[in-house]
Amino acid sequence: MITPEQRAEFRKHFRYNVGRRLVLDKIVKGIVFLCVIVAIVPLIAILVNVFSNGGAALSWDFITQVPGAVGSDEPGGIGPAIQGTLVLIGLSSLIGVPIGVMGGIFLSEYGTNRFGRTVRFFNDVLAEFPTIVIGVFAFVLIVLTVGNFSVWAGSFALSIVMLPIIMRTTEESLKLVPITYREAGYALGIRRYRVVFTIVLSSARNGLVTGILLAVARIAGETAPLVFTILGSSQFISDLNGPVDALPLRIWRLSSLPYDSAVTQGWGAAFILIIMVLSINIGVRYLFLRNKEKTFLKFKKMGAV
Amino acid sequence: MVDPLIFSLMTTRYTVLAIKMKKGSPYIDRIFKYVAIGAATYVLAIIAMIVFNLVSGSAQVWQQEGISFLTGSDWNSVEGRESYGAAPYIMGTIVNAGIAMLIAVPLSFGIAMFLSELSPKLLRTPLAMIIELLAAVPSVVYGLWGLLVFRTYIKDWIEVPLHDVFGDQSIIFAGTPFGLDILTASIVLAIMIIPTIASISREIMLAVPNSQREAAYMLGATKWEAFRLAVLPYSKSGLIGATILGLGRAVGETMAVTMLIGNATGAAAIPSSLFQPGQTMASIMANEFAEASQGGLHLAALVGIGLILFIMAFGINVVAHLLVARVVKSHEGAVLA
Amino acid sequence: METSTKTPIKLNSTEDVKYKLVAENISASYDGIVTVKNISMKFRDRAVTALIGPSGCGKTTFLRCLNRMHELTKNATLTGKVLLDGEDLYSNKVDPIINRRKIGMVFQKPNPFPTMSIYDNVACGLKLNGVKDKKILDEVVEGCLKMASLWNEVKGDLKKPGMSLSGGQQQRLCIARALAIQPEVLLMDEPASALDPIATQKIEEMIQELKKEYTIIIVTHNMQQATRVSDYTGFMYLGDLVEFGETKQIFENPRNETTAKYVQGQFG
Repeated sequence: MITPEQRAEFRKHFRYNVGRRLVLDKIVKGIVFLCVIVAIVPLIAILVNVFSNGGAALSWDFITQVPGAVGSDEPGGIGPAIQGTLVLIGLSSLIGVPIGVMGGIFLSEYGTNRFGRTVRFFNDVLAEFPTIVIGVFAFVLIVLTVGNFSVWAGSFALSIVMLPIIMRTTEESLKLVPITYREAGYALGIRRYRVVFTIVLSSARNGLVTGILLAVARIAGETAPLVFTILGSSQFISDLNGPVDALPLRIWRLSSLPYDSAVTQGWGAAFILIIMVLSINIGVRYLFLRNKEKTFLKFKKMGAV
Repeated sequence: MVDPLIFSLMTTRYTVLAIKMKKGSPYIDRIFKYVAIGAATYVLAIIAMIVFNLVSGSAQVWQQEGISFLTGSDWNSVEGRESYGAAPYIMGTIVNAGIAMLIAVPLSFGIAMFLSELSPKLLRTPLAMIIELLAAVPSVVYGLWGLLVFRTYIKDWIEVPLHDVFGDQSIIFAGTPFGLDILTASIVLAIMIIPTIASISREIMLAVPNSQREAAYMLGATKWEAFRLAVLPYSKSGLIGATILGLGRAVGETMAVTMLIGNATGAAAIPSSLFQPGQTMASIMANEFAEASQGGLHLAALVGIGLILFIMAFGINVVAHLLVARVVKSHEGAVLA
Repeated sequence: METSTKTPIKLNSTEDVKYKLVAENISASYDGIVTVKNISMKFRDRAVTALIGPSGCGKTTFLRCLNRMHELTKNATLTGKVLLDGEDLYSNKVDPIINRRKIGMVFQKPNPFPTMSIYDNVACGLKLNGVKDKKILDEVVEGCLKMASLWNEVKGDLKKPGMSLSGGQQQRLCIARALAIQPEVLLMDEPASALDPIATQKIEEMIQELKKEYTIIIVTHNMQQATRVSDYTGFMYLGDLVEFGETKQIFENPRNETTAKYVQGQFG
């Protein structure tokens, strides 16, 4: 038993380093705060630059016209790129959303066995694929065999990028629906597909839509899969089997041109792209996930990779 | 815990279904199941097809170059003398991702620490949202901004001073800097992967039970000491997993790196100085695609590089997931799953 | 329930009493809810004082006010003084981290640091406070493990991870860890509630030994444990201190009606 006298003796060995410890604590707090500042500054800088430089390029003509000849006095607009991005998003969603949602339903409702684990694992693998490799794949599979660049090839590539995101977010949303909801249905003799569609899906609706929107925001900004598949174009879409332009691709092409007019157009295109992407991201957060930050972070991890 | 609105909605729906005896047909039920399984199989099929196409599309270059495709640094597309080696780009990817990680990991941990332990409650959500918006900005916009704005600052404030002081004595600071080089690409890449590492790290830190922190405070610890004693050891493997996931992202990142790294090819692309242009596997694919799209050995070389990149990214991500699985098993809290 | 009346502290003994710890007018709240309403208590040295009362009466909050742990809770407020040997622990002149180490605390669920060995768990408080001398560390670790009745069970291998012990052993490890920083007072928040009866018994025996040299304050929802273990008992209800006195008197002859109802098991 350690007596009070012995305790006092031991306490003499405590070094009076409290002052130093408190200073170290403050220093660490300062460093850590600096880290946050260092991360925020680039974001603010990008937004400021894009909005101020891009704003200068904006006009109705800019949004609707085709690009003029390179380096000429009439730079034209990026209408085809905007149209292209919208069409590509639409077509990719047409492919990616149904498969993704059904895949998510599989994982959450039928996927507790080994096959389910395998699918989940490879889905994660696909989610972390370098998107340029997906582009190459689409090139070899479609463009080479068909013989030309096309909207289809680009949409196919983007749908592959979209698919794992939607599968994971759908699975997570469905898993949040309590199992009692399903069991009540089964107990009444209602078939599984009815239970899923009528009850489970509608309860999970918010999460599902969020996942889809985040996936859309993600592919709107993807360039690498398009490099190999759509070629780019200066005309509006005439044929889905032909080449098409897209905002990210156009930004990339414009950035390498030495003309001031091209640079301005590049900022303008970036402006439109960022508005599109950020408004979806911010909108999703405020409309659907106001109180569910944990779910949002999970989705962000999956979608904003 | 049941949301009352959803509960009443569900009860109504079930009542309607039961009354209308719309229990559903067993045939549609089976079709539904097979469609779901089909969708799941689609994922497996896609991956199989990707691997197959990467291998078959690059067969030509493996036949011609053999193992020297991995080790050689030729890059000659002149007809009749074609020869390709991916070594400089493999090295470039590693160097680029490596430097980006050196910058991003400490910053990310600091941010995660701030958001999980130190920030006042009001600041927490807006700050977390800002960090996540960083992740939402498309890669090509980072590239554009880096190209037109940021690289001038990097050149003037970092590269030129370093070159002036150390340029003559060291390899990594040699060469007159003009901004489109390995260093700029790495710095911008670091900014891009910070949100990934920071948000996962933050979740891991938050998953540490509060009773651990209280034990540390009880002993008279400061906030930093409580973090060091209670949070850090508990989250160590999860944080390593987060880092490796960030590395996986860094390796696969294409557009910003392509726009900023300077487009060197062949032996000149072997990383030497931070201020020299370089090339990663992803960037050479983007840069040279236009030339190679006709087919032939050049295209096979690019597809071959795609195959190598895929294997590298796949390997890194598998390791990350294995580490995470171990963390989830060993501690009570789910930290990354 | 009728309103409780506060019975002033009355002690039967006329000997020269030594109050190690005195709480004066402690009021505390968190998240806007007031959980402790103006409580004053005096705790004798070399004695065990138990705090009993139904769930939610504020006894844990009050306990955490004694070693400045309450202020770490979200949206916590606190007024009052806590005097240890006459010195106000809440004075602004001294940083809380110094005062926290003067009082040790053991929590409801055993929470040893999972990545540390048994030795390191006990020694970490010492290392935190700047003790580097290996001899001293060894001496204190052995002494504290002995006081916690754990020494004989672990002395063979102190490098084993702390989590490899059983629940009861882990709790005794936590007690050793709290004792290592040489506190004068030991606070225990329902230390045996997560443990099986045999482990509980070991802890209660240990408390009887420890009280020879320490001041011990224990929160418990188990009235039998309070009668077994404590010398003095305070009964709290809805944030008030309803009655305080020698344990024997509280349980056999309660002066307050609410106290009587509680100790007879009529509510709780």
